[in-house]
Amino acid sequence: MKSLLKINNLSTHFHTEAGPIKAVNDVSFRIGEGETVCIVGESGCGKSITAMSVMGLVEGPNGRVVNGQILFDGKDLLQIGKEELRRIRGNDISIIFQEPMSSLNPVITIGKQIMEPLMLHQRLNKKQAYARTIELIELVGIPRAEQIASSYPHELSGGMLQRIMIAIAISCGPKLLIADEPTTALDVTIQAQVLETLRQIKEQSKMSMMLITHDLGVVAEMADYVIVMYAGKIVEQGGVVELFEHPKHPYTRGLLKSKPVIGQRLEQLYSIPGQVPNPLELVESCYFHDRCESCLPVCHTRQPQLKKSGDGQQVACWLYEEEAQYE
Amino acid sequence: MRTYLLRRCLYMIMILLGASMLIFFLYSLTPGDYVDNNMNLSEQRKAELREIHGLDRPIIERYINWMANIFKGDFGYSLAQQRSVIDLFQDYIWNSFLLAVVATFFTWFFAVVIGVLTAYKQYSLFDTLVMIGIFAAMSIPSFFIGLFLIKVFAVDLKLLPPGGMITTGSRAVGWEYIKDVLHHMLLPVAVMVMLGVGSLTRYFRSNMLDVIKQDYVRTARAKGLKERSVLFRHALKNAMLPAITLVGFELPGLFGGSIIIEKIFNWPGIGQLYMQSFTVRDYPLLMGFTMFIAILTVIGTLISDILYHTSDPRVRL
Ligand SMILES: Nc1ncnc2c1ncn2[C@@H]1O[C@H](COP(=O)(O)OP(=O)(O)OP(=O)(O)O)[C@@H](O)[C@H]1O
Ligand SMILES: [Mg+2]
Repeated sequence: MKSLLKINNLSTHFHTEAGPIKAVNDVSFRIGEGETVCIVGESGCGKSITAMSVMGLVEGPNGRVVNGQILFDGKDLLQIGKEELRRIRGNDISIIFQEPMSSLNPVITIGKQIMEPLMLHQRLNKKQAYARTIELIELVGIPRAEQIASSYPHELSGGMLQRIMIAIAISCGPKLLIADEPTTALDVTIQAQVLETLRQIKEQSKMSMMLITHDLGVVAEMADYVIVMYAGKIVEQGGVVELFEHPKHPYTRGLLKSKPVIGQRLEQLYSIPGQVPNPLELVESCYFHDRCESCLPVCHTRQPQLKKSGDGQQVACWLYEEEAQYE
Repeated sequence: MRTYLLRRCLYMIMILLGASMLIFFLYSLTPGDYVDNNMNLSEQRKAELREIHGLDRPIIERYINWMANIFKGDFGYSLAQQRSVIDLFQDYIWNSFLLAVVATFFTWFFAVVIGVLTAYKQYSLFDTLVMIGIFAAMSIPSFFIGLFLIKVFAVDLKLLPPGGMITTGSRAVGWEYIKDVLHHMLLPVAVMVMLGVGSLTRYFRSNMLDVIKQDYVRTARAKGLKERSVLFRHALKNAMLPAITLVGFELPGLFGGSIIIEKIFNWPGIGQLYMQSFTVRDYPLLMGFTMFIAILTVIGTLISDILYHTSDPRVRL
């Protein structure tokens, strides 16, 4: 499969008063054309910042991509000019955010907000853009499109707003859609509907998708390929079937174990003991070692590299390194 | 909306009634009036004048008369100037209005643009310099800036006239007249803008700083909009909302004149007239003017409210 997005050794740091935070730490992966790649991991492990780095939207005066390449269609997004990047944003790559309620401008009508990228990137005139807007609103499954177009964000529910966000994101027919926890803020029935909408659109348009989530149910349903992140690093990646059937990294196993299974009522749901480490206090080690069930001595002092391990899966864990066993 | 407006108007009338009582009784309780003040009049003449102008009547009756006349659009008769107050207003208010409207426009324009840019480039050199400039301008008294500018531009450089509204003795009409007035306006307007722009800029800057952190600004960027649209369409619209209410409050200021500025630049505005009337205890004019400002204030507040309700879709009635 041809790569659409190829990220090499991406590192994004925040410089805070307490010290540097390596939010994304030497991350490499690829997304093929038409492929859906899911990024999973607990809160704070750098998923959103990875997405923001791709969009060139790392915020704040102190956040910066310090190293790496983001090759999109062969072009390095970190090297091209601001203007060129702006023309790619919303056009070739678009993003849906976690919080639909606050992601739309409260004083501009829904219709105008959808029309904006159409008029800017596709150079449609007002009338064409409006017609397309109505189509898009219908496409994401909202009835009475005209009425919706002339309403303001506060008049719509969270699920509807997230569909509007999807409509904006797909309006220019992007090659890559980044969805950063698109359903986390919604209630369960709406979650399923929104995901279904996303999947249908994806099937029709053959775009690639980078889906960020911490819901493994969503992963199982949507993903072709899964990337597991922990404390800013990729600890394991692989095809969705292999990864679910043979999780290698203890963290991945823990995540899968903590996923509730229907028909299997346990006294208490499993959860990985301990907490994500403070990003300010990380030292050379496997960042997961203090929560790991199968921790080796080497895990305390050296960081494992991400290595191929059969079936196209890659894992960064000393358990799968021969040399580690003898140390 | 309809019932809301009706209720508002009712409140307005009550407030104005209260204000009128306050104004009238305070002025009439102050000892002395124009007639007393005039040394040249004989006691008999004074009594005559009092009778003509109804000053000898009981205070309640005078109040009712005064109010009835105001409802008819008659604010009284200035004894000092021997003209009706309304006529005097007509003569002076538009001069004040001219200064104020131009100054207000530029104040807002600069405040918005500078506020947006400093917020966008927070802590940059530009931002720091602007902030220093603003504090400097805000802490220097207006008479000092005014006199200083007159010294530099009128006395030393002889570029601009030191005061007045038209060149003394000028009979210019049409375009020449407009040019002459513009020439004379430059300094007072500059001083008024300098004095007003600081606090408003800071206001817009802090509003903008809040707004540009919002998620929808990030969305606007993610859509690939130009930075200009992100700032001036998406962010500014939201940052302007709280400021919309200020627009109405500017109304009395537009017609109220500025005592100090008009004095320094010898501008024939209502502020100067007001000062003169004070020294001769021309109470009808003073009361009329105060009432006029009270009416404008109440109307301004109503305008603010209406603007607030129509500009923010979330608070539609
Ligand atoms: N503006 C910022 N300043 C400083 N640190 C930041 C900033 N934004 C993010 N970080 C840090 O970067 C790390 C990764 O954050 P990120 O938002 O990518 O997490 P996430 O995986 O998306 O989590 P979640 O599932 O909660 O959305 C966190 O440790 C966070 O503290
Ligand atoms: Mg996130």
